[in-house]
Amino acid sequence: MALATDVPKESFRLSMLIYDTRFRSITIQVVVLLLFLLLVGWLVDNTVQNLAAKDKDISFGFLWQRAGYDIEQQLIPYTNDSTHGRATIIGLLNTLAVAALGCVFATVIGVFAGVLRLSNNWIVGRLMTVYVEIFRNVPLLLWIILIFVVTSETQPAPSDFKVTAAMIEARAALAGAGTVAESAGLLDRITGIYVFSMPFFLWLVIGIGLVVASWQFAATRLAASGTTRALIPAAAAVVWIGLALTLFNDGLTRATETLAAQGTVQTEPANQKMLFDSTALTNRGAYVPAPILDRPLGGTEIATIPVNYSVLATLAVIALSVFANLALLRRARAIQEETGNRPTTWWQSLAILFLPTIALLWAMGFHLDIPAFATDEAGVSKGFNFQGGILVQHSFTALVVALSLYTGAFIAEIVRSGIMAISRGQSEAAFALGLRPGRTMNLIILPQALRVIIPPLISQYLNLTKNTSLGIAVSYLDLKGTLGGISLNQTGRELECMLLMMLIYLIISLLISSVMNVFNAAVKLKER
Amino acid sequence: MKKSALFGALAATTMIVGAATAGTLDDVKARGELICGSNTGLTGFGMPDANGTWVGFDVALCRAVAAAVLGDPTKVKFVPTTGETRFTALASGEVDLLVRNSTWTYSRDNDLKLDFVAVNYYDGQGFMVKKDLGVSSAKELDGATVCIQTGTTTELNLADFFKFNNISYTPVTVQDDSEAQRQYLAGACDTYTTDASGLAAARATMADPENHIILPEIISKEPLGPVVRHGDNQWGDIVRWTFNALLIAEEKGITKANIEEVASTTTDPEIRRMLGLEGDYGKMMGLDNGAFKAAIMAGGNYGEIFEANIGSATPIGLARGLNALWTQGGLQYAAPFR
Repeated sequence: MALATDVPKESFRLSMLIYDTRFRSITIQVVVLLLFLLLVGWLVDNTVQNLAAKDKDISFGFLWQRAGYDIEQQLIPYTNDSTHGRATIIGLLNTLAVAALGCVFATVIGVFAGVLRLSNNWIVGRLMTVYVEIFRNVPLLLWIILIFVVTSETQPAPSDFKVTAAMIEARAALAGAGTVAESAGLLDRITGIYVFSMPFFLWLVIGIGLVVASWQFAATRLAASGTTRALIPAAAAVVWIGLALTLFNDGLTRATETLAAQGTVQTEPANQKMLFDSTALTNRGAYVPAPILDRPLGGTEIATIPVNYSVLATLAVIALSVFANLALLRRARAIQEETGNRPTTWWQSLAILFLPTIALLWAMGFHLDIPAFATDEAGVSKGFNFQGGILVQHSFTALVVALSLYTGAFIAEIVRSGIMAISRGQSEAAFALGLRPGRTMNLIILPQALRVIIPPLISQYLNLTKNTSLGIAVSYLDLKGTLGGISLNQTGRELECMLLMMLIYLIISLLISSVMNVFNAAVKLKER
Repeated sequence: MKKSALFGALAATTMIVGAATAGTLDDVKARGELICGSNTGLTGFGMPDANGTWVGFDVALCRAVAAAVLGDPTKVKFVPTTGETRFTALASGEVDLLVRNSTWTYSRDNDLKLDFVAVNYYDGQGFMVKKDLGVSSAKELDGATVCIQTGTTTELNLADFFKFNNISYTPVTVQDDSEAQRQYLAGACDTYTTDASGLAAARATMADPENHIILPEIISKEPLGPVVRHGDNQWGDIVRWTFNALLIAEEKGITKANIEEVASTTTDPEIRRMLGLEGDYGKMMGLDNGAFKAAIMAGGNYGEIFEANIGSATPIGLARGLNALWTQGGLQYAAPFR
């Protein structure tokens, strides 16, 4: 009996799709795909039907219509005659400005805080812990609003900087009387200090911090006797008190002195500009000097976006300087490796880095446009706001500061985890070679920690960029404020605006993560 | 089994979404409650009082509609909406009716697919400044910082006004009236611009109203009125005629106090038609014949509502002006009840 050849040729049956392991996985995938497509189809169909029921269509034509509203902060020219599309670009640039600055500051803050949190100095380490825990555990929105309210409510209104006609008269009267302010003696300087004031409190707190920190430094770093240890904090205290009597004296005594000296007539506005009379902090924002060129190189427009040749030329010169400086350092290193002596390069570096840029700016007639009130012949201020300069809105400042500090706290933790991931043997080996702790961190630990740090850092950058849309809470006109806010409202194109906005945020996020992935690929451990 | 339940749910959702767009009257009756979109809080026009009860000029119209449809002016749920969210709330069916100082414009009527069924307040955009600013005309505001509520027609009027007069300004966009007042009082802006009625209401709530002035220029026409969704004509007619009934009541001297007496004694055929004593006028639009009587009883006639909420006896102190009846030189004119 030869039964061996009698193997039945198995034909395909429908039940095999479920019971045969060869087909089952494919079956499940096909079913899932079908369900997913059904869901998408239902969503699209529902949208189309509802739009039809409301007699609405999908059209992006509004992007070419006149916007009709104004935007406070514009990085490229815009008026209310521009289109909604242009307003969208303005909003996008405002978003990118906050995101770029925020990412840079957050990285710097995060690296510092992360490294310092591992410091052997107990106070510094705990302070960083407090910073990280406070910022990480309170919602970002609250930080943004808090910083905005504090910056806008504590500053004086621009009108407090104005010189009124009464002040001019009072000045004339004083000049007639021949009053000359005498410089105060040491006793006056001491007794004049107003103890119950915020500046004095700040001075006191910083002073105590200085003394404690220098005492700790003396105790841990110096193998000296008790007297020397006591000398260092004492010296710090003497310097700090000396500063209070000289440089800071005006700030600490102003409150009482002005009242006593001026009596009822005011000769100066209630508030003065700071930083050599160039910058005014008001409740509307900070008026800072604007860079102005007398002989600009002109510019052109590419797709309605202005391109400024002066800026391009300056950037090119800076890039060339940096490049030349690198070449110089490379040459110095080559000489060092050959002969063992490193040539002095610091003054050449300084010259190469700064002289060409300064020369170019001088040639273009660079100067600063300082914000000031328009005045009439007598010197009385006119108008509502400072003229000239750049107004940095408090909403912008609040957003950048809050985003940097908040994301910085997360980055600090990432940096700390990256450092702790490096085996202790690495730093011990570096110490054994005689490297100081600072150089060990910069040359041995951080470069290796980067490999651990970068992947989670990408997601922090993405978070920060997306979180810029919280600017709506402080009326910052970013992409959400223009396209997703006013344009949406004035045109009633909710669906189009939302889709476009999602697409733009998606593209920004993908761009950031691809750039960071390229960087990651460059620094990661090369496996050969 | 699970799959069919899912599809059932999907189908049901689609049907509900489809059904929500028409038949607002039936929805309101079935719900037993009118959902009215209101201001987030504008004194005199719409805000909750100390007990949490909504009161105000716009609120009174909502209550009149509720009285006409449901017979009870308290059966209203008020949904506060901002300048930005109001039309979306209406279009999506979240509210049945929007009475929230909304300006009737061409594009809102046509592009947003809304219907403005009446004008309950003829307004215009004005500017408020602090007295010590020393400004007496809006044309002196060159270079000023202006607080402006976003998502409003005032935003566009403002840009037009400054452009037309060839002067410049810096806008500070804010979300709502209270934020605008905070910024204005803190000096973050030199002037606050919105509808003149809104400015009067804002000034009434300030600690020192005498130190703020409203500039004489009115830079726009702002006909404010109740809004319904486009396409539901029956519901639009109900709101329009409820408002008309309030106007006719003032014209004919019918007040909240004397309405019962008038109803029992009147021989005026228009009043008899309106109060449901003659003919089937209420039934024509799917309501009870006594619907408009109930609407008038809710808060009184148009004049009574005006005086009680925003009139000269209130802190807001608005004069009737354009909002007087046509018989007294104003623009409020109701079509005949016939």
